[in-house]
Amino acid sequence: MSQVPKRNRLYKLQFEKAQDSYVLLYPEGMVKLNPSAAEILLQVDGEQSVDDIIMSLKTKFPEAPDDIGDDITAFLSDAESKDWIHYV
Amino acid sequence: MSEINNGQSETRVIEAGPPLWLLAEITYACPLHCAYCSNPLNLTDKKDEIGTEDWLRVLSEARDMGAVQLGFSGGEPLLRKDLEQMVAHASELGFYTNLITSGIGMTEKRIAALKDAGLDHIQLSFQAANAEANDLIGNRRHSFAQKLEVAKLIKQYEYPMVLNFCLTAQNIDQIDDVLALATELDADFVELATVQYYGWAYVNRDQLLPSKATLEAAEAKVNAFRDKQNGKGPKFIFVSPDYYEDRPKACMNGWGSTFLTVTPDGSALPCHSAKILPMTFPNVKDRSLQDIWYQDFSFNKFRGYDWMPSPCRDCDEKEKDFGGCRCQAYMLTGDMYQADPVCSKSPHHHTIEAAIESAAKQHDKSVILRDPKNKIDIVTV
Repeated sequence: MSQVPKRNRLYKLQFEKAQDSYVLLYPEGMVKLNPSAAEILLQVDGEQSVDDIIMSLKTKFPEAPDDIGDDITAFLSDAESKDWIHYV
Repeated sequence: MSEINNGQSETRVIEAGPPLWLLAEITYACPLHCAYCSNPLNLTDKKDEIGTEDWLRVLSEARDMGAVQLGFSGGEPLLRKDLEQMVAHASELGFYTNLITSGIGMTEKRIAALKDAGLDHIQLSFQAANAEANDLIGNRRHSFAQKLEVAKLIKQYEYPMVLNFCLTAQNIDQIDDVLALATELDADFVELATVQYYGWAYVNRDQLLPSKATLEAAEAKVNAFRDKQNGKGPKFIFVSPDYYEDRPKACMNGWGSTFLTVTPDGSALPCHSAKILPMTFPNVKDRSLQDIWYQDFSFNKFRGYDWMPSPCRDCDEKEKDFGGCRCQAYMLTGDMYQADPVCSKSPHHHTIEAAIESAAKQHDKSVILRDPKNKIDIVTV
């Protein structure tokens, strides 16, 4: 997949010490992210394609199962429907 | 902040989670005089407002405790000249900073300075979707025109923009115009919030409360508009008044669970209306926020479920709504421990039905404006 996802500027991604997790912050709201969701969103920089992101995460987590790509694309599709990301 | 859930819903008295949401009401002064104002009847004088140093310390203490959302509100927060300084400090601490404003007093110079200070989002209130009604409800000439200018500046400076329309019997039939205006202004989110009856709004309840039929018609129009949006344009959030529900709202996500309000004089409250309750609340001038949140009698008073009388005590929905709103219980029954009378299980539910009936009989919908000249005696029951 050569599509390039970009994070929606409405949602600010940051690490919260008190939550011990990454969160997405938006007007008067917060979504707490699980560790894998956070790892994927951290890769979404408006430059890497979906394939690049899968490669990056496979390199970063060599112990991850082979079908990790499916989980990543499923998450990105969910994130798009929630408006957290869109495609350039 | 509907999606905040700190995952600790079991009974806890002292083991409260952190206050994720800090509402900093930095002044009660306001250029508008809305009849539906939810602020208390008696407002702090400007001379009793806490100073910049106190606010900066409060922000640091809240952030240390894990607070992450910060609202600058009032009154009109733009009336404080040190707003930019507070925003800069909050931003440096890592807060997500929200400015909740009427727009009156905003200039390009200030909106640019706030951007430099790191302000994340601006919520702009409108009183109606046209100049005549807007300026009448807020009782300030030319305010609609000023708000339109501010909306343009918000977009020009690339802030996320939330518009807030307070719906009442006076403007709810103009909902089509509201939807069109918000779309034209390219808002990101739009809160269509039916007024709630606290503070000054309680005085005008008969005049403000829309009928169930007009409310349902408005909501149907919003739903139809949303269906035609195809995922484009503003996201509309319609907030029904709890008077027409048969279960109470989970007020503040539970007393002392998520929200902490600090008022202009430095009082720390579990919700911004709580000062009407017959209790003493602590002040940030005297104690640290940590001490107040975890140790103060007032914050612990309605945490957990042990304080509840029946029917809440034995109710299997108490973990969902926490017995509703303490302020509403107090205003309508005179007893802050009672179930929120919105609940059909409450022995005082008839007070809600009577309020709806009384509003329906009130044909003269002229309101008492929020104005220092309009002295009101405090009526609680």
